[in-house]
Amino acid sequence: MHFSIQNIIFLLVALAGFGLFAWQASRIRANVLVGRDRDMSGHVNERLWKTLLVAFGQQKMFKRLTPAFLHLIVYVGFIVINIEVIEIMVDGLFGTHRFLQFAGPLYSALTGTNEILGALVVLAVVAFWWRRNANVVKRFTGPEMRAWPKMDANIILYVEVVLMAALFLMNTADLKAYQLQGLDLPGAYPISQFLTGLLPDSVPTLHVLERVGWWAHIVGILLFLNYLPSSKHFHIIMAFPNVYFSRLIPQGQFSNVDSITHEVKAMMDPSYAVPAPATNPDGSAVAPAPFGAKDVDDLAWTNLLNAYSCTECGRCTSVCPANITGKLLSPRKIIMDTRDRMEEKYNAPLIFSPALYGADAKHDPQEQLDKENHTLLRGYVTPEELWACTTCNACVEACPVNINPLDSIIEMRRFLVLEESAAPNALNAMFSNIENNGAPWAFSPSDRFNWADDLFVAEKGELEVRS
Amino acid sequence: MAEQTAKRPVSVPVMADLAARGESPEILFWVGCAGAFDDRYKRVTRAFVRILDHVGVNYAVLGKEESCTGDPAKRAGNEFLFQMQAMTNIATLDGYGIKKVVTACPHCFNTIKNEYPALGGEYEVIHHSTFLQQLINEGKVKAEGGESFKGRRITFHDSCYLGRANDIYEAPRAVLEVLDADLVEMKRCKTNGLCCGAGGAQMWKDAEPGNKEVNIERAEEALATLDGTDAVLNNLRGVESNAPAGPASAKAAGGSVIAVACPFCMTMMADGVKNKDREQDVQVFDLAELIASAEGLNA
Repeated sequence: MHFSIQNIIFLLVALAGFGLFAWQASRIRANVLVGRDRDMSGHVNERLWKTLLVAFGQQKMFKRLTPAFLHLIVYVGFIVINIEVIEIMVDGLFGTHRFLQFAGPLYSALTGTNEILGALVVLAVVAFWWRRNANVVKRFTGPEMRAWPKMDANIILYVEVVLMAALFLMNTADLKAYQLQGLDLPGAYPISQFLTGLLPDSVPTLHVLERVGWWAHIVGILLFLNYLPSSKHFHIIMAFPNVYFSRLIPQGQFSNVDSITHEVKAMMDPSYAVPAPATNPDGSAVAPAPFGAKDVDDLAWTNLLNAYSCTECGRCTSVCPANITGKLLSPRKIIMDTRDRMEEKYNAPLIFSPALYGADAKHDPQEQLDKENHTLLRGYVTPEELWACTTCNACVEACPVNINPLDSIIEMRRFLVLEESAAPNALNAMFSNIENNGAPWAFSPSDRFNWADDLFVAEKGELEVRS
Repeated sequence: MAEQTAKRPVSVPVMADLAARGESPEILFWVGCAGAFDDRYKRVTRAFVRILDHVGVNYAVLGKEESCTGDPAKRAGNEFLFQMQAMTNIATLDGYGIKKVVTACPHCFNTIKNEYPALGGEYEVIHHSTFLQQLINEGKVKAEGGESFKGRRITFHDSCYLGRANDIYEAPRAVLEVLDADLVEMKRCKTNGLCCGAGGAQMWKDAEPGNKEVNIERAEEALATLDGTDAVLNNLRGVESNAPAGPASAKAAGGSVIAVACPFCMTMMADGVKNKDREQDVQVFDLAELIASAEGLNA
């Protein structure tokens, strides 16, 4: 053990890295809690099982095999290589060198696996980069894939290559320095053993290069950690709580609006006691929340959690019947808009700032000036997008991390209809048909049973099975 | 083959009459607005009633007392109107002490099954695909003695509110299997099924500007599947297909069938087939129509 100033510096760097991330995480938590309350407690076993399958097990990724396979490499690489990060932390704090080597053959297995996964990750990242930038996969394009989302996706890929390169530099330099001194480096290095020829033959230089690789790897990880809250890559953390808190009820079941239930019950039964409205500390009644959602604070906290879990893969949009047939609606855009609006109105992340990327935003400058209308609805999401939805749940089904764009769409439709009476005329006609005729079409209720007129059934001979 | 000896009038039992006599049916058949008013879908309602009558199920309908479940209002965001409808219907159903509801409409099914409980309406709700599957399993329906679908090509179009919304994928397929037809699956089927374009209250409005109608996209996929022209399948997405109609072998006697289990899918798929000028060799039928026809119940 060689305790030195390096260890103090490492401690400070690690504390700064994790501290900054904790601060960023608390700001995001505050953003999510801006949303309306929705009870997602209970059913712990069911939720854990679902998290195990969908988040840990990547179950829904396997609907598309090529990306599932590539993603699995990076995912497993991330998990296994992070065991080595534990070693880096201990070495960094206590001045040990490859502290896990006491594990003997197990250490060889770990380092060997790491190296092979590291190489596979680089290959997968190259494939990802090609798929994304060579126009191979249509779902990576679209109006919402603006400058920042495009740049963000590539930054993530470049950082992953840099991190892997640092890992290999560290291992190769370490291995060669040991070899030049006639020593055996504990562990197995199936990739680095072929790279030693690329490095100089000077032991002191190799020691410096090993330190460069070591510091680059850990500082890179800490920087990347603090990049996450500004990036779609945040899904590596948020996918887990998002899946855990996703709905357990049938996809066809839309939420009930309890405040409306009280009103309707009171209308139908005058003796029904409507619960008293909540009161402020000074005794005044809390102003009633609007029906549906105009802005991010009107959505449920789960809708906002969705926005931080989205990795902008576009599976939702690629299966959306409206989007496939050229309509404006893109479920991915609804989710991305929700996050952008949250970060504009409340806490913005460190790196991506909606204000800085404002020129990149897609809304009309005139609309930007109109503060009253600059909300999630209209400021970001247009009624035309919302009315194109067939509520078919294809987007919900497609999302690998159980995001539910449909839930947000319906909340905004509710605001349009119940607060603004801004439904398309044809739908208003449908509403009044239901009110007046008890059917969405203009038929007389007295004709409702006409279908049964002149109805005959064939009497069957020997096949008679009446019981 | 069974001889069709005669036809017999069916008098559909109405709940109010049963209640007046102090009787209660085993199941309530919820007809739905399309089933009651849409000329095409009334034939499905009548086919289903023929099956109910044929197997001797103790059932009733609400008749003129039925009213819209509120599904289109809720999907369109009009929660107030939805709850008005729901509570009125719940009062009617509870007034008659209804416990079990069967319906041919996936939208009515989803709404009564999933959304009425929060408003106090708790019933056992069964879609007619599941009900027909049960009748087949119990041997009450054999799909014998009527029209033969043997060797004819049938593809099933999943309704969103049956499939993804409620995870019912196998029941309609099990019902079709009894027909001994040549069942083919579209590329986008079951959990990946493509919407017909009518859900979420789209049935009552024009589509937003785009480059294609959803039902045309879906009808092209169904036709390509029935025709076995994979090249068309490959060119489907987002491209207007000019592929020629299918090979002659696919146009076997009686033609091919797109099977549906939803009134809105029925309208959309039939419009799509008409748009593609394929009405002469491709028909759109509901499960109940196919079963009633195969069982020889039409009169």
